[in-house]
Amino acid sequence: MEVIGFGLAAIGAGIGIGLIGGRAMDAIARQPEAVGDIRANMILTAALVEGAALIAIIVGFLIAQ
Amino acid sequence: MRYLTIILFTIFSLSTALAGGGGCGDDHSAGYDPTNTAYHHIGDANVYSIGPWSIPLPCILYAPDEGLDVFSSGKFGIGHHGTGHYAYKGYALYEGTVRRIVDRSFPKDKTEVECVYAKDVEGKEVIFVKYNGKDYKCDNKSTADGGLFGGGLTSYYDFSITKNVVAMFLVFMFLSLMFIKIARMYKARVGREPKGIQSFIEPIFVFIQDEVAKPFLGKKWEKFLPYLMAIFFFILGLNLFGQIPFLGGANVTGNFAFTMVLALIAFIVTTINGNKHYWEHVFWMPGVPAWVKVILTPVEVLGLFIKPFTLMLRLFANITAGHIVVLSFIGLIFIFGNAGESTAGATTGIIASLPLTLFMMAIELLVAFIQAFVFTILTASYIGAATEEHH
Repeated sequence: MEVIGFGLAAIGAGIGIGLIGGRAMDAIARQPEAVGDIRANMILTAALVEGAALIAIIVGFLIAQ
Repeated sequence: MRYLTIILFTIFSLSTALAGGGGCGDDHSAGYDPTNTAYHHIGDANVYSIGPWSIPLPCILYAPDEGLDVFSSGKFGIGHHGTGHYAYKGYALYEGTVRRIVDRSFPKDKTEVECVYAKDVEGKEVIFVKYNGKDYKCDNKSTADGGLFGGGLTSYYDFSITKNVVAMFLVFMFLSLMFIKIARMYKARVGREPKGIQSFIEPIFVFIQDEVAKPFLGKKWEKFLPYLMAIFFFILGLNLFGQIPFLGGANVTGNFAFTMVLALIAFIVTTINGNKHYWEHVFWMPGVPAWVKVILTPVEVLGLFIKPFTLMLRLFANITAGHIVVLSFIGLIFIFGNAGESTAGATTGIIASLPLTLFMMAIELLVAFIQAFVFTILTASYIGAATEEHH
């Protein structure tokens, strides 16, 4: 049962980071000279979203024990 | 160069698999166990094993009924897989960690035991020592995780200098030497261009100062800059150290207790430096109607504790997940090769898992930098929120 939870957490990470990436692409298309700033913020926000998904995985893992 | 490293690592690991499979319990005939190997490699150990060599580390064990025992883990006669051949003072070594024999009447001097093995008892793995034909049950060390990883308080406390402590000391000495040298270079070359390692660290240092410290901390950035720099470089150094495959794989940042201490220090710093406006915002947020304040106060108080808690979990989960994936990919080689029996299978395993492992280790490098940066920037943001002046 817990493996379903892990899969859902991975889906959440995928959707979140996909949205971040998509918006970052739009922003770069609108203003190509800001690509450095946009890239840095994109990676930072992706790390935070990924952190939430990994917290879900680890807590699920601990509860499953 | 990376290929060479991975291939050497693979050869080393294969050779240990050929030599391994010891123990006289009834479960070691099962072949290669990827889960157990992964846990063993991301866990802590009382023995520092570099390739085929094991360096014994000092054991400092405290049992409330026996007192303090300090000795080298070499007294256990370390065999392969970090399992000892001797029991000493009622302790035995299994797979690198010290266990305590529950039976107090076990001889206290260095006694040779037939074997130390693990058996599945009611779903949990229990370590037994076979001596003179009898089985003696062993206790695991006490852990402060409240039984999450199968720990909890047992009959003894392990304060030893373990692999993680050694790794922390090594990284600490390396960072200290590097930064003292850079400081001296700055003093000697006042007004001139940076040279050598100074020019390597300066962009990173200035980046943290200008992008993290100054925007978030406002006027008091100088007061907290040493703390933020220490956090960033220490976490970065430990992340990178845990990635090196030959140096025993000391996984410090993937250790629950270590990240918990880092988050605790961040919590203490924000609590001590919180000014009146910060506590007002937490307990009695100004500018909202009274009924909203009643709902908001418990949420804010919970948030006080949850923010450092997520700091801890984020770093731990990212690093541990990366390590487990890399170990699983390397373990594919053993699974294909039937733990050293089939060379053709192992070769297929190498061809399949080598690109995957390289890719995963490249991501791990990126994650090492990113997680150190995210920890630092979030700590700076929390300190900034705590010391913010009223606008």
